[in-house]
Amino acid sequence: MDFPEELKYTEEHEWVMVEADLAIVGISDFAQEALGDVVFAELPEVGTVLEAGKAFGVVESVKAVSDVYAPVSGTVEEINTDLLDAPEIINTSPYEDGWMIKIRMADAKAADNLMDAEAYQAHIDEEG
Amino acid sequence: MNKTPLNQVHRELGARMVDFGGWDMPVQYSGVIEEHVAVREAAGLFDVSHMGEVEVTGSNALDFIQQLTINDAAKLVDGQIQYSAMCYPEGGVVDDVTLYRFNATHFLFCVNASNTDKDFAWMQQVLADSAMNDVTLNNRSAEFAQIALQGPKAVAILAGLTDVALADIAYYHFCEGDVAGVPMIISRTGYTGEDGFELYLPASAAVEIWQQLMTAGIPYGLLPIGLGARDTLRLEKGYALYGHELSREISPLEAGLAWITKLDKDDFVGKAALVAQKAGGVPRRRVGLMMQERGIPREGYPLFVGDREVGVVTSGTMSPTLKVGVALALVAPDVAGADTELQVAIRNRRMCAKVARPPFVK
Repeated sequence: MDFPEELKYTEEHEWVMVEADLAIVGISDFAQEALGDVVFAELPEVGTVLEAGKAFGVVESVKAVSDVYAPVSGTVEEINTDLLDAPEIINTSPYEDGWMIKIRMADAKAADNLMDAEAYQAHIDEEG
Repeated sequence: MNKTPLNQVHRELGARMVDFGGWDMPVQYSGVIEEHVAVREAAGLFDVSHMGEVEVTGSNALDFIQQLTINDAAKLVDGQIQYSAMCYPEGGVVDDVTLYRFNATHFLFCVNASNTDKDFAWMQQVLADSAMNDVTLNNRSAEFAQIALQGPKAVAILAGLTDVALADIAYYHFCEGDVAGVPMIISRTGYTGEDGFELYLPASAAVEIWQQLMTAGIPYGLLPIGLGARDTLRLEKGYALYGHELSREISPLEAGLAWITKLDKDDFVGKAALVAQKAGGVPRRRVGLMMQERGIPREGYPLFVGDREVGVVTSGTMSPTLKVGVALALVAPDVAGADTELQVAIRNRRMCAKVARPPFVK
């Protein structure tokens, strides 16, 4: 399983890539693997104000419904509309084409406290 | 947790295992969609050894089965299978079953895994309450493994391992014969809507037969199939699943099983209640739903027409074939007509669905 070094991760298995005050968010390789074939993605509208730790969207596999949580607070700047027609991209490219939303962070340092790849790997090992 | 004789095989294949009604079963191997497509286009192999088997023998066997079940078992000839159900006196369903007739004094029920003990106890009770003296019930579930081979390539794959003339076994018929040298029941039945077989074999031969079938099937595109795809396959065809479309609280008339509910045959357990329900009109009906918008209907989601709550989803999924959300649901009779528009409450939204008669995939 792949956890790129340049990303930050949450306990709920989202990843974040920070570019200045913009946070690009998706779900991790672990999350997409656990979920199985993703067949539906529900994303917020651009402009929605998000609070860290609150659900912003939903991914559904054939069998399961799973909330996706905002890693940081801010405003939705852009959503990946490709996922609406082809949600399986989340399985095939969780860190690149499968990104879900971009958040304009209220606090540009908000992602600093999230886990790095090594800590996230340890978190997964702990969860078993 | 209960394990089938193939438990280790699933683990070696890298299956994801889940607790399914007390059974440690594979939910998926390579992925639900890939497995689903394999069954529709080539073939799939299913471990269904968790299913229960109860044998009924004796000179009163048929009389007892007529009392126990809602379909007309007298219509069966030797070597034929019938889809049927057992009901409680109040009309709710104990279980849905398939009934195999070997001869007039020898039958076999195949029952749902998690209902096996309940069903067997129920059969014993109905027998005790009856005046029939020559009936023997034998729960043989532990002796049998069951493997389902399903899909358009099923015949070709099985033909390579048996001398039995498979073309002579009609749908819902069976014979006894050898596959790879092992004697078994070869049944032309399944739960996928595809052609195929369910094989009842000694538990001790399960691993050997599974491996032989896999080896014979790989050139045809055979894949092992988990419970995930088993569910999407049956849902695309609109087949009921006990615990969802059928239960103690749901009568066969409500569940869309009027076609197996023979109210004109002699008395059977539940008949009076079902006759009364039919006369008074069923309070709800099982229907199929197809989403008109993006969104996946799931079990338990309520259904609306305007502000009026009209029913509930009993099973739902994204159809891998149609790439549309499909569901089975129980709804008020006045909104059960084909093409009726309903709204499914999916999280905080109402999404449009239409009543559609299954199968969703022809």
